[in-house]
Amino acid sequence: MLDAPLAEADSTHGVAWTRKDLLDTDTLTRAEIDLVLQTARGMREVRSRPVSKVSTLRGTTVATLFYEQSTRTRASFEVAAKALGADVVNLTASGSSVEKGETLIDTVSTLEAIGTDVIVMRHHRSGAPFLAARHTSASIINGGDGTHAHPTQALLDLFTMVDRLGSLEGRKVVIVGDVFHSRVARSNAWALLKYGADVTFCGPPTLLPRYFVPTVDGRRCTMATDLDEAIEDADVVMALRLQKERQRHGLIPSLREYISRYQVNPARLRKAKPDALLMHPGPVNEGIELSPEVAHGAQSLIEAQVANGVAVRMALLYLIAARSRV
Amino acid sequence: MSAARYLGPEEMSRTIRRLGHEIIEANRGTGDLVLVGMLSRGYPLARRLAAAIREFEGVDVPVGSLDIGLYRDDVARRGAPPPVRPSDIPFPIDGKTVVLVDDVLFTGRSARAALDALLDFGRPARVRLCVLIDRGHRELPIRPDFVGKNIPTALVQRVRVRLSETDGEDAVYVYGEEAASA
Repeated sequence: MLDAPLAEADSTHGVAWTRKDLLDTDTLTRAEIDLVLQTARGMREVRSRPVSKVSTLRGTTVATLFYEQSTRTRASFEVAAKALGADVVNLTASGSSVEKGETLIDTVSTLEAIGTDVIVMRHHRSGAPFLAARHTSASIINGGDGTHAHPTQALLDLFTMVDRLGSLEGRKVVIVGDVFHSRVARSNAWALLKYGADVTFCGPPTLLPRYFVPTVDGRRCTMATDLDEAIEDADVVMALRLQKERQRHGLIPSLREYISRYQVNPARLRKAKPDALLMHPGPVNEGIELSPEVAHGAQSLIEAQVANGVAVRMALLYLIAARSRV
Repeated sequence: MSAARYLGPEEMSRTIRRLGHEIIEANRGTGDLVLVGMLSRGYPLARRLAAAIREFEGVDVPVGSLDIGLYRDDVARRGAPPPVRPSDIPFPIDGKTVVLVDDVLFTGRSARAALDALLDFGRPARVRLCVLIDRGHRELPIRPDFVGKNIPTALVQRVRVRLSETDGEDAVYVYGEEAASA
């Protein structure tokens, strides 16, 4: 009988974080994601204090290596790293030796050689962070790779949803727009399915994925082409940015038709649950995927997503930098 | 491995009430007094102290909770990242007498971390340390102001406080060889 308390005493540290890299949400376990969200709650509280900074990662160097433009992801990671007391080096493709033809692996090796512990990387090629992770002992956090994955965005979206809704079991999440090119949609779907949510991808048939559709325990994302139907009774409506830089000709008939069929506007949002959450990973093309009334309306969580992003990225930097290495 | 129950529910309750009296006596009342419990078990202890003080003095002393995970000095040396939870100190601590409450005082490293964490919330007039159990073996110059029980222990032993709020019972156990008997 007295053995029970001792066994419990040994397990108070909960799940151990052992991952060197964060590349996508697909291989994370539910327990690992729980740990990220729990840690992020603590980090959010740190951000609300009079002194909103700690020195836990003093002596840790974080590099942001962005081969593609970004405002919020890069800034969010920089703020997160500094709030934990880490030093931050920012590199972009323009203005670095990448312009002289330095390869990704060389760049990553150089960063490691100058003492970088964690590299936050965004790249226009799907899979680039996976390649980098195999060639360095520094940790790689995927800040978005091509049309493949954007795990930190998915985790901050999940954090925001769980924060508002509690359990996501059986909740209906509609992700609408250019799903085919969306690393946000894919990484979100993996995480949401693991949390028991029903995920619907909605968009024109040409912008829906045909292969590699996220599936967890036999549950698969539902495909829909009619937003007026798909949005009915939704708990969460997540609109995606129409990625003009990734559009090839002929995928959408015209911008005007896309707007008329897939824009989330007040009339469509009324078909969802009365207090449905409206989300968007940003930056918003206002007047295209979201009408201005909806983007700035009472149901919009777009600003909460950005604020939560700092807390979730602090949690990830902390777990990865202080991970179990045994 | 042997285990011995060092404290049961009645003794724990008496001990907490005595600590409540000592805190009020040292503070000459409840003026400017706030309690901050360290997570996880210092916090329910702080709430119990506040309940005892309410009973004696008819005054509600503010109670907050403090997480020290981000302030530990062994973050990079442990087997796993220490858990991080939100602290909750919903009142100003500037100019107050803050009594930090924890279940077990051992090396003093948690208390050191708690001092750093607390000072990120403001500038108290003074900080006092109250622990249910002092088991000795300090590694830092930390001294408690209010002690429930001193338990002489060997370094290899482990002391475990269980509270009904977090563990379903009120008891203190000592594990390991030559467990001190109650």
